[in-house]
Amino acid sequence: MCSALWERLIDKTAPLSPGSEDDNGHEGPGREKLGRIQFSVGYNFQDSTLTVKILKGQELPAKDFSGTSDPFVKIYLLPDKKNKLETKVKRKNLNPHWNETFLFEGFPYEKVVQRTLYLQVLDYDRFSRNDPIGEVSIPLNKVDLAHMQTFWKELKPCIDGSGSRGELLLSLCYNPTANTITVNIIKARNLKAMDIGGTSGDKALDGYSKKKYVCKLLFIFLLGHDIDFGHMEAVNLLSSNRYTEKQIGYLFISVLVNSNSELIRLINNGIKNDLASRNPTFMNLALHCIANVGSREMAEAFTADIPKILVAGDTMDSVKQSAALCLLRLNRTSPDLVPMGEWTSRVVHLLNDQHLGVVTAATSLITTLAQKNPEEFKTSVSLAVSRLSRIVTSASTDLQDYTYYFVPAPWLSVKLLRLLQCYPPPEDGAVRGRLTECLETILNKAQEPPKSKKVQHSNAKNAVLFEAISLIIHHDSEPNLLVRACNQLGQFLQHRETNLRYLALESMCTLASSEFSHEAVKTHIETVINALKTERDVSVRQRAVDLLYAMCDRSNAQQIVAEMLNYLETADYSIREEIVLKVAILAEKYAVDYTWYVDTILNLIRIAGDYVSEEVWYRVIQIVINRDDVQGYSAKTVFEKVGFADYLTLFTYEILLLQNQVSLVSQCAFCPLIQFNLLHSKFHLCSVPTRALLLSTYIKFVNLFPEIKATIQDVLRSDSQLRNADVELQQRAVEYLRLSSIASTDILATVLEEMPPFPERESSILTKLKKKKGPGKVPDVEEIKKERNSDMNGSTEPASVNSSAVTMSTPSTSTDLLGLGPAPVLNSVAPPSAGGSLLVDVFSDNSPAVASLAPSAEENFSSPRIGSTDVVFDDPAAAVHDADELVDKYGGALQNMSVKLPVTLNKFFQPTEMTSQDFFQRWKQLSAPQQEMQKIFKAKHPMDTEVTKAKIIGFGVALLDMVDPNPSNFTGAGVIHTKNIQVGCLLRLEPNTQAQEKDLIR
Amino acid sequence: MLSDSQRHHVPIIRFILIQNRAGKTRLAKWYMQFDDDEKQKLIEEVHAVVTVRDAKHTNFVEFRNFKIIYRRYAGLYFCICVDVTDNNLAYLEAIHNFVEVLNEYFHNVCELDLVFNFYKVYTVVDEMFLAGEIRETSQTKVLKQLLMLQSLE
Repeated sequence: MCSALWERLIDKTAPLSPGSEDDNGHEGPGREKLGRIQFSVGYNFQDSTLTVKILKGQELPAKDFSGTSDPFVKIYLLPDKKNKLETKVKRKNLNPHWNETFLFEGFPYEKVVQRTLYLQVLDYDRFSRNDPIGEVSIPLNKVDLAHMQTFWKELKPCIDGSGSRGELLLSLCYNPTANTITVNIIKARNLKAMDIGGTSGDKALDGYSKKKYVCKLLFIFLLGHDIDFGHMEAVNLLSSNRYTEKQIGYLFISVLVNSNSELIRLINNGIKNDLASRNPTFMNLALHCIANVGSREMAEAFTADIPKILVAGDTMDSVKQSAALCLLRLNRTSPDLVPMGEWTSRVVHLLNDQHLGVVTAATSLITTLAQKNPEEFKTSVSLAVSRLSRIVTSASTDLQDYTYYFVPAPWLSVKLLRLLQCYPPPEDGAVRGRLTECLETILNKAQEPPKSKKVQHSNAKNAVLFEAISLIIHHDSEPNLLVRACNQLGQFLQHRETNLRYLALESMCTLASSEFSHEAVKTHIETVINALKTERDVSVRQRAVDLLYAMCDRSNAQQIVAEMLNYLETADYSIREEIVLKVAILAEKYAVDYTWYVDTILNLIRIAGDYVSEEVWYRVIQIVINRDDVQGYSAKTVFEKVGFADYLTLFTYEILLLQNQVSLVSQCAFCPLIQFNLLHSKFHLCSVPTRALLLSTYIKFVNLFPEIKATIQDVLRSDSQLRNADVELQQRAVEYLRLSSIASTDILATVLEEMPPFPERESSILTKLKKKKGPGKVPDVEEIKKERNSDMNGSTEPASVNSSAVTMSTPSTSTDLLGLGPAPVLNSVAPPSAGGSLLVDVFSDNSPAVASLAPSAEENFSSPRIGSTDVVFDDPAAAVHDADELVDKYGGALQNMSVKLPVTLNKFFQPTEMTSQDFFQRWKQLSAPQQEMQKIFKAKHPMDTEVTKAKIIGFGVALLDMVDPNPSNFTGAGVIHTKNIQVGCLLRLEPNTQAQEKDLIR
Repeated sequence: MLSDSQRHHVPIIRFILIQNRAGKTRLAKWYMQFDDDEKQKLIEEVHAVVTVRDAKHTNFVEFRNFKIIYRRYAGLYFCICVDVTDNNLAYLEAIHNFVEVLNEYFHNVCELDLVFNFYKVYTVVDEMFLAGEIRETSQTKVLKQLLMLQSLE
């Protein structure tokens, strides 16, 4: 594009750089080598025919960037400029041979000699004006025309100026990092006089240039650059009387309107004029603009006019089409503004219109309106049915323009079938019969041999077929049609078109839910399973999984679940989680015997590992616990698998199961010690919550197998438990150790009683999948994940705040705080309250178990001396637990009753960040002796910075780095929230490496 | 996910995109309000989703809450974004119908025709699709109208 201009610019600007001056000098000013052209001219007096032969060109200059030109020659007989002849374009050739002969027949000699033969050589450009290369002209009276004469002529630069409107000197600079192009316009010369006065000046642009510039701006905008001017020019164009100018004006508004809504008010007047113009072209432009922008302002201005245009008798068909869809758009953006009125009944009758385009547009409008006001548009049903029946029964040529690859009006048929899906099956028997006939015809046509081998033909035909099947499923009343539809889809399942297989799977999914066709769908199980194994497109496999899920019932559940599990091993990561959910639900729903169920789930967990969400195994545990008959089996199987469990999830699950059914383990073959060792061998691999569960399991072992009590106590007593950096684990270890050593067998038995059965309730995973199967057929995985996360948060978060209350420290004044480091916890735990330790281990307050537990806990607070027996629960199916409430409860109890409660304060620390200055300011404020406490103790181990840091964080305070001037000191800060007061705690740990001593100051 | 009552306010076609293999947009027609950043994001995501698929794959891709129905012609991807419940094949053929009209109108259409005659392409789109619905399906009728408009230039 513009290569000619470029060439010249490069050439003409050359003198600007030093050293290039003599190039210009030799040839004389403006003389370029333009090459030459060979041609011959002759006149045949008998035929009165002038013959011009264009033979060849030589050494033509290169005009394109590629270094060549695409030359062709235009032949004129001046002064006539209207009639011209052209040679063919010789691609990429600087020495072209045209060898073309042109005859000017019936041209009297007297006239010929008055003419001048003018040859112009041009470079062809597809996308811009052709670039002139050079020209030759010969007055024919100077040539002896009697003989055919051949000439070689040098080309001269074109003087007519068609390519030259002046020159512009500019510079371009591309900055790749900022992704900008800087254009500097330096100067122009030899500009063509454009105005009538002969000069160019500041005069207003004429319509043509305005259109040209706005169009260029639009082009620049569409290339991705911002445009912040030219809007007013566009608005002006819009009110022009010329179509081309108007069109560009409207286009500019439609494309840019998002970024400048102020414009809309300016153009409303123009649109109003065009709507009233009765010029169909202008009316269409205006309607398209409204439909494209569809803003509220427009709705306010035009909702009254458009229905009138739509139903007026003299409106052109194409305008009706636009008006119908325009109204549809306004109805969507501002439904309150579109008044229903007498026009609605006339709109329905557009379904009978002669022009199928109008019917197409009107059907869309009616469908949308009918969804909202089904009553008002009820009459559309019979009209749609009769229209549909006329289409499907027509021969493939009847509808002429609207036949697409031998299929009569496929899109209109689809739209009509969609409209019918807004209504139940027609009550009127005749209409109903006619509709059934239509649907049967469509199903029959699918069986006919195709009229064309083109994919377009089969696609169009099947588009109608699938929509008809949707309608059949929607009505769900004709068993015969449903079964036929199912058989048709069954054929598609093995079609070679991937698209059809995909759609058949999708469609069958909905068929499976109908009682009439469920059995028919089930017959295709083998094909679907095969699809799961062989399809290359993941979305097709996903549909196959969906369909298997939908067709599953008691009779085929075992097979389907087995196949899904099989597939899971190689399934794409993106759909694994969904498959896991589906397998879990199916296994539960259709389990015939529970041993199968347990095996399946264990397999599932083994295969899918991390994709099994917590919900799934919580649910499993609920089920197993509620069924006495499976408990034994599951415990045994689970235990046998503990040894070679690879996945952490599996392990966690197994522990949970074991913990709640330890009693049953006794029935299995292993001796308790082996069991315990097996479990404990995995301990160090587990996450903190899992370890916590493991510890609880151990204490239950103690209860059941007194013979290994000593081994377990050893484990609990080990440093890795009692000094664990995690407060939760440490506390459990301490408590359980004490419990095991002081409590009598009776108390132990009561405290560690078995889990009561769960009340039956709907599975949370099922609710989830139900939600998934909601309005859209496609599950929104993101959303589900989000939900699941929030659920999970509910159950995992409390684990860290999960309070097991032991130890004593009662703040009588808010500042009298005991500093309790990792070691002192051990000391303070020593004297347990005589009446029995209060153990409140709460995972959840959603389940009834906790509902009963919460009040009992309170009771115990008010009468702490009563020997109370609380039960240790670890409710794995926990849902939500309000940690704050619990903290408040404790805080309240502490403040009001001032009873000595076994509470470690550090459980309620909220870490606080502060600067060095703040820290020491506060530190110094705490000067009263009862406000601080110092403890010097000998460290048992060599100190490791990282370990210490971890311990401090585990203690519940925020670790403040770079606060203390001495880098080897550790500092921390935290706040305890009680109902009435917030208490701040500061901590400083000054290790003395040589003496292996730590100073703990609070 | 949209509830049933919201669904009525949403056009069937959310947008039409024509992109080349390098991801350059050759036409973008939006039937819903998106802000500029959102548009850019959608364009990039559609490109990423569509270009990785091969000929053995379906012409339908799930995309956010919608689905994209696309077809590749030489180096150009024609994509229509519709609701998940919409008729896939009907829109697939609507694309082909549109391309046949372009081909007829531009005489062997190529990518650069769409670039330099963008304003004509918008006219073609508006003739065939309006307000997110199919407006006219007859190639003869559309071409007749386009030639009539061209004669006004």
